[in-house]
Amino acid sequence: MSMVKLTIDGRQIESAPGTTILQAARSAGIQIPTLCYHERLNPIVSCGMCVVEVAGFDEPVESCATPVAEGMEVVTTSENLSVLRAGSLKRLLSRHPLDCPICDKAGECRLQDLVFEYGVMAEGYEAPPKPREKVYATPLIKYWPDRCVLCLRCVTACREIKGACALDVTENEGQRELVFYPDKCVSCGECLQLCPVGALTENVSAMKGRSFLVKKVPTTCTYCGCGCQMELHVADNRVVNVTGRDDPGVNQSSLCVKGRFGYEFISSNQRLTRPLVKKNGAFEETDWDEALRLVARRFAQVKTESGADAIGGFASARCTNEDNYLFQKFMRAVIGTNNVDHCARL
Amino acid sequence: MTNPLQDVLKSGVIVVTGTNTTANHPIIANYIHEAVTKHGAKLIVIDPRRIKLVDLSHLWLRPRVGTNVAWINGLMHVIIRDNLQAQAYIDSRTTGFEELKKSVVRYAPDYVSGITGIPPQDIEAAARLFATQGPGSILYAMGITQHTTGTNNVKCLAALSMLCGYVGVEGGGVNPLRGQNNVQGACDMGGLPNVFTGYQTVTDEAVREKFAKAWNVGKLPGKVGMTVTEMTATGGKDIKALYIMGENPLLSDADVHHVEKNLAALDFLVVQDIFLTETARLADVVLPGACFAEKDGTFTNTERKVLRVRKALDAPGEAWDDARIITALARKMGYEMDYAGASAVMEEINALTPSYGGITYERLEQGGLTWPCPTADHPGTPILHTHKFTRGEGVFFPIEYEPSAELPDAEYPFVLTTGRVYEHYHTGTMTRKGNALNRLYPEALAEINSEDAKGLGISSGDYIHIVSRRGKLKIKASVSGMTDRGVAFVPFHFYESTVNELTNSALDPVSKIPELKICAIKIEKAA
Repeated sequence: MSMVKLTIDGRQIESAPGTTILQAARSAGIQIPTLCYHERLNPIVSCGMCVVEVAGFDEPVESCATPVAEGMEVVTTSENLSVLRAGSLKRLLSRHPLDCPICDKAGECRLQDLVFEYGVMAEGYEAPPKPREKVYATPLIKYWPDRCVLCLRCVTACREIKGACALDVTENEGQRELVFYPDKCVSCGECLQLCPVGALTENVSAMKGRSFLVKKVPTTCTYCGCGCQMELHVADNRVVNVTGRDDPGVNQSSLCVKGRFGYEFISSNQRLTRPLVKKNGAFEETDWDEALRLVARRFAQVKTESGADAIGGFASARCTNEDNYLFQKFMRAVIGTNNVDHCARL
Repeated sequence: MTNPLQDVLKSGVIVVTGTNTTANHPIIANYIHEAVTKHGAKLIVIDPRRIKLVDLSHLWLRPRVGTNVAWINGLMHVIIRDNLQAQAYIDSRTTGFEELKKSVVRYAPDYVSGITGIPPQDIEAAARLFATQGPGSILYAMGITQHTTGTNNVKCLAALSMLCGYVGVEGGGVNPLRGQNNVQGACDMGGLPNVFTGYQTVTDEAVREKFAKAWNVGKLPGKVGMTVTEMTATGGKDIKALYIMGENPLLSDADVHHVEKNLAALDFLVVQDIFLTETARLADVVLPGACFAEKDGTFTNTERKVLRVRKALDAPGEAWDDARIITALARKMGYEMDYAGASAVMEEINALTPSYGGITYERLEQGGLTWPCPTADHPGTPILHTHKFTRGEGVFFPIEYEPSAELPDAEYPFVLTTGRVYEHYHTGTMTRKGNALNRLYPEALAEINSEDAKGLGISSGDYIHIVSRRGKLKIKASVSGMTDRGVAFVPFHFYESTVNELTNSALDPVSKIPELKICAIKIEKAA
C-alpha cells in the first residue's frame, strides 16, 4: 500500500490512504481541538471544532471527516480558524448553562476545557423558564437536557459500539432533542462514558465526589473474565463512581452494567467485619487470634486422626493470583494434600 | 482463549456457540458487533436459545440442547465431503486426520438433522461459510462445557478449527470465554488438584522437589487430589474438614440438596468470604475477607492477560485481605509464611512458574502481559500455537455423539437449562447487594417457550412449579421465543429460587464438570 504524502503546518507527513487529516495530525503529534470526535466512532461532524485550512479549498474543512490526499497542504492554526472555533464554542454555549459549580463533570469537562482555552464568554444563553426534567432510558443514568450540546457522541456510541440503538435525536417544535428507547437500553453506560459534558451523569451513588477531589484508582473489574480496565473513584473510603479506562488492549473504556454500576456491594452494611465462630448453633463474633487458633487446632486434629487427605480446600476464581498461589501453597505445604480445587467448572 | 479477545475484529467469520456473549461477556459482544458492522465479518450463532447476537447473525442454527458433537461432526462432514479443508495445514501441523475423516462419514446433514433438529441445508451453509470465509474464530462458553460430553464437545470444536487451519492465526482460534474474573488465574496458580502453578504436574517428582525446596518442606504429596465436586460428594466420609475461600457451592453446584447434606456432615468447615453466603452459614468458623477494591494483586483474564488489581480503600471493620489470612493461619500451624506485599508473592510465582517468569509488577505498570511470558524481556504470547502446537502436532480426535445423561420422558417432558442473566453475576452475592442492578432485574424468571406456555395455560408473570427428579422450584414465568419448544431456562443467581436444587450432578468423566446445561423437568402452573 503506497503512502500518501502531505504537509501539515509545514511538516512533511506520510499517512495510509483513507486516514483522515485529524488522524494524520494526531499521529504526528499535532493537536487539533475536538469535542464530538471519538477515535472508536465514525466521524459525527457536529461540533465544528476540528476545522482546518486546506490549500485550494475555499472554506475550512472538518479534519475529522476529510481524508488525506497526495500533496495536500494543511494549516491547523490561524487567526481565521481561531475565530471559527470560538464561534462554534459560542454556538454550543448558547444552549449550555454555566452551572459548572453544581455539575459532576466540572474539572473533567471537554467543553469547560475548550472554553477556558479559547477564552470565550457565554453570550445569548437564555435559561429555560424552568429546568427541563427528562427521564433517561434507565434509572441508573440521569439526563440533564439543558446541558446537552447535541454532540451526538452518545447516540453514535450506542449504535456503533453497543449496537443497542437506544438513543436517537428528533426535532420537537423546531428544537432538536434526544429521545430514548428504554426497551433497547441495556444500561451499559457507554453514553455516559463518552458524554464530553455533564449532560449524562451516573444516578446510583447518593454521595458524589467532585472529580478533582476523589481519588481515582486504576484496577481490573471483578465480574466476568473480560478483565475490563476501570477506575474506582473513591471518597471517604467509599467507591462513589466507576469509569472505564481507555486500555486499547482490553475494553477501550467500555464497561457493562455490572462493572459500571455494580459497586454498591463494596460498602454494603452486610459485609463481614469480624471473624465468626459457631457456638451451640449460632455465630458469635470473635477476634482473629481466637478464630485462627481454632482453625489451626481443628485442621491439625483432623490431620492427625484421619490424615492430610481428609482435608480439602476450595481456592477461588474471585480472588487474586497471589491469593490463589498462597492458598494452594498452604494446602500443599502446610496441610500436605493436593485436595485443592476451585469453581472453574461451575 | 488461544487468541486475544479483540482478535474477532480480524476474523472473516465468527462462530458463537454455547455463550450468551451479550449477557455474560458484554465487552466481547461489543467487539463482535464491531467486527460484523464495521469489518464485514460473517457471524454464525449456534445456540439453543435465541440470544441477542442472533439479531446480528448471518446464520442461526438452533440445535437441541446437548447435541453439540453431532452438529460439529456434521459441519466437518460437509467440509471434508466438499474438500474445503486446509489440507496443507493439516499435512504439516496435525495428526489423526484420516481417523477423523472416517469417523465423520456417518454425520451427513440428514443424519445430523435428525439428532439436532437443525435443517440439513443450514448445516451445509454453516460449514461452507466457516470453511471459506476465514480466518474463523470459534467462541464458546459453558453451553459447550457443562455437559457430560463437555470434553468431547471442546475436542470437536478444536478439530473443526484445525480442519480449516484456523488455530494459531490472527482472527482465528478456539476461544473459551471464561465466566469469572480470575478463573484463568486460579487455574494458572495451581488451584487445581493435579498441578502446581503453570500446570506443572504434582505427579512429576522433579517438579515436587523443586517446590518442596522453594517452600522449605521435606516433601510434597504426589497423589492427585480431589476436585470440588468429588470433595463435596465425599463430605463427611473421606473429607472431614473443608477450607472454602470465596466460593458459594450451595448455590452454584449441581443438585445442591446433596451438597448441603454433605457439607453439614463435615467435622469442620471454614469459610472465608466477604458476605455471610449460603455456604458460610453452614460453617463452624467464618473469616471476613477483603474484596477486589481493597487489595493489591493481579487477575488473569480470559485471554490469559495478567492485569493489575490495586487497593483503593480499606476493608471494613476488622476484615483482612485473603493473603494476610492465609499467611497468618500458616504461621499458627507452625509454618513460616510471610511476604512484604503482593509483589513479593508474584516474585515467588515468577521464580517457580516458567509461563509467568517475566510477569513482574514493574512491567505490569505499563499494561497487561499475556502468558506464556517466560523472561523479563519476553513480550508475552497473545496467540498460542502460531508455528507449531504446544505439544508438537495438533491431534484430531474422532468423537461419536452420545446423548445427555438425563433426557426428557413421559413423566418429565421438558428440558431445563441454566445460566446467567446480564444484570447479575454468579450466585448474586455481590450483584444483589445494591439497588442498581436489583432495580433492573429484581427476581428470578424462568424463560418458557410461548408455544409451550399456551399448552400449559401459562402467561408471563404467572408462578409455575418446575420439578425434576431432585427437587421442586416455584418461580415466575417469562414467556417468549427465547428458548425452543420443550426447553426452559432458569438463571442460578437467586437463593430464593435455587435452580441447582433441580440440576443433575452427572459429571463429564474427564473434566468432572456437572451437566448443568440439561436435565429433565416437568412444568406446572402454580396455584
